[in-house]
Amino acid sequence: MWRLLNLYAYPHRRILGAVTLLMSSLLFTPHVAAQNTPLISGGVGFFTSTNGGNTTYVPTISPVLVAPLGQHLLVESRANLIELFFPKPPGQSGYTSEPFLSLAYLQLDYLATSHLTVVGGEFLTPFGTYNERLTPIWISNFQDAPLITSLGTGTGSSVGGMLRGSAISTPKFSIDYAAYFSTESTNMQFNAERSTGGRVSIYLPEKRLELGTSYGRLLQGTQQNYFGAHAWWEPANTAFKLRSEYAHGAHSQGYWIETDYRLSRFGGDQSLIGRLEPVFRWQQTFRNSPDPTDGLPSADTQRTDFGLDYHLPHEVRINTSYARQFSSTGNHNVWETGIVYRFLFPTWKGK
Amino acid sequence: MNHWKALASCLLWMTVLPLFAQTSSAPSTPTTSNPKQNKSASTQAVHQSDDGQRVFDQNCSRCHNAPQGFSPHISGTIVRHMRVRASLSKEDEQALLRFLNP
Repeated sequence: MWRLLNLYAYPHRRILGAVTLLMSSLLFTPHVAAQNTPLISGGVGFFTSTNGGNTTYVPTISPVLVAPLGQHLLVESRANLIELFFPKPPGQSGYTSEPFLSLAYLQLDYLATSHLTVVGGEFLTPFGTYNERLTPIWISNFQDAPLITSLGTGTGSSVGGMLRGSAISTPKFSIDYAAYFSTESTNMQFNAERSTGGRVSIYLPEKRLELGTSYGRLLQGTQQNYFGAHAWWEPANTAFKLRSEYAHGAHSQGYWIETDYRLSRFGGDQSLIGRLEPVFRWQQTFRNSPDPTDGLPSADTQRTDFGLDYHLPHEVRINTSYARQFSSTGNHNVWETGIVYRFLFPTWKGK
Repeated sequence: MNHWKALASCLLWMTVLPLFAQTSSAPSTPTTSNPKQNKSASTQAVHQSDDGQRVFDQNCSRCHNAPQGFSPHISGTIVRHMRVRASLSKEDEQALLRFLNP
């Protein structure tokens, strides 16, 4: 979530116009099948972060709109509405605040064939796994994105076109792919770099193991390549999950490993203990040469996050975590807490 | 170097704990608000349901918990959204839809 604050500013008119356009399109949905009513989903959260003695408060709303148009088209969008409350500069007492309003994606999907979907508009850059899968506030285990997230994803979003789908899917294995091209956009709400790249993953159901690799090439300014790899593993018959990613850029590289284990073994996932989910993340970044634009720390950095999430009834989750970050530029602690409510409902009552 | 000891302890704990969880309860599955019970399910229907369960386990629940309930009017929209997000084939999309609407 904090990554969002770094990426976007807040001139509101364009995004309000886009949202208005999107909502208007719902009114012209020609025929809505019984199961294809447009939906509104997303999360509402309140987060706190204490970093180096300064506490920041961040109420957030992150709505998702999904609207099918006929049999082959789908409009999807996710926005982030954030109010950031932070301490005033040294010498002044009290807090000040700043609003942020942004679109994570606004895309039109054309389901061309069983194995090909054509995407146009603003979409999440398909590099690694974190950017596409784990950024929603109701999904991520930790408030902070991994330190390497910006490698290969740039601003996080791309503006252009993407081809993606399942190349093959069998009970033994499945392979999926994504390839994209993005143009440069300096619009504050559709901020993107001119780039291209893609990702290929293979999933082995019997091993419950996913392996994948990503490639990206920046096509503006000093052109450079990014390489990535990821591995996810969920052993059978346990609630244990392991996720990991590695990314390499021209001036830096790094990796993260994250594990979580929901204690559903102890009375089921709705029991008092079974609602607990300890989470852990270890990450390192390595600086090869200076590059203030790649988003990674300016010096080699190690960071350890310990978290404990609690799943309350009615789609409410409490996240807590403590992190210790080590770097030659200084060590510091980060304490974070948050509560998130996830919602999901139709835009109107269907027949 | 106390933090290294703490890190090693945590890694050991996170590795060992799943070994004691061989008989963990089945993960919760999503349900529509008023699912229709098919009391005379054929073998084929059971197979299709298993296929949908497989698609759900392999693509949806690996990233997020299942919604605790939702209107059947949006089940098709949810599945199409997942088809794009998780790069599902059309066959997997249909299996998932049958799973959500038994």
